Amino acid sequence: MADSSLTPVHEHHGEAHAAHNPALLHHFAEPQQQRDAASLGMWVFLATEVMFFGGLFCAYLIYRRWYFGDFGAASKSIDATLGATNTAVLICSSLTVVLAVWAAQTARKTLLIAMLGITMLLGLAFLGIKGVEYKDKFEEHHVPGASFSFENVPIPGHPGEFANPRHAQIFFSLYFVMTGLHALHMIIGLGIFTWLFVMAWKGRFTPEWNTPVEIGGLYWHFVDIVWIYLFPLLYLIDRHP
Amino acid sequence: MYFGIWLTLLVCTFITYKAAFLELGRFNAAVALGIATFKATLVALFFMHVYHASEKLTKLVVIGVLFFLMLLLGLTMSDYATRLWS
Repeated sequence: MADSSLTPVHEHHGEAHAAHNPALLHHFAEPQQQRDAASLGMWVFLATEVMFFGGLFCAYLIYRRWYFGDFGAASKSIDATLGATNTAVLICSSLTVVLAVWAAQTARKTLLIAMLGITMLLGLAFLGIKGVEYKDKFEEHHVPGASFSFENVPIPGHPGEFANPRHAQIFFSLYFVMTGLHALHMIIGLGIFTWLFVMAWKGRFTPEWNTPVEIGGLYWHFVDIVWIYLFPLLYLIDRHP
Repeated sequence: MYFGIWLTLLVCTFITYKAAFLELGRFNAAVALGIATFKATLVALFFMHVYHASEKLTKLVVIGVLFFLMLLLGLTMSDYATRLWS
């Protein structure tokens, strides 16, 4: 009884596999729908990420208004040239990511592997430059905590006035949490791209199925956008004489 | 087209870096955030393919998250900006 009811199902299942594209999962009507569903899911996840970083940006705006001059003085102690270089590095990595997505969609395997590799190198370069920046902050005792020191730093635009170290410490707390969280996203991104690189090497991506490259790319671009806002807010306030 | 967007983004980064060292008064922050928003829009529309998205739901998610982010920042800042500090 049980056998007779199961057998036709199995037969039908086998026929269905033979009839449709092997890259298409059963619960989707067509490849386009499957791609759209994956990309929509990534976008919903990125929406939660926007609100996650949004809370930190909100905290930054509140304290920037309260301790305007102190934030200006603290921001000026960070190397803006390193920040600008890192912005350029991330923008270049975003270009290599879109080229990787295009290569996957048009079955250019060598280009795909090259672009994924360059993206990872640029991501590592970003983290390296970030490391140099953190090292400077440690040496200058600008890391919030017991050995924090920010004495006699003039407030930009107010001659003779000095920044309050307690308020500057809030700036550096936000600086380390926001850039640290961004760097963590970069490290996770590098993990995702390592996996994409291995899959691309094995030739798993075809013009019919390259969803991981596409949604991994969406994640990478989102991390780039976060940095596009972090750069002016943390590095470029009150730079002018 | 990707190379054009990439070049525009790099030029914008250079402009925002240079503009930060000019004395523009209150407009320094406005210029910096304006350029950042322009760059973020370019990345979302062309690199993340929102402009050519075949699925309208994707666009709805993007508009929705912008709305909720503005709600968060707008309502919070309208509170803090209108308080009297002693």
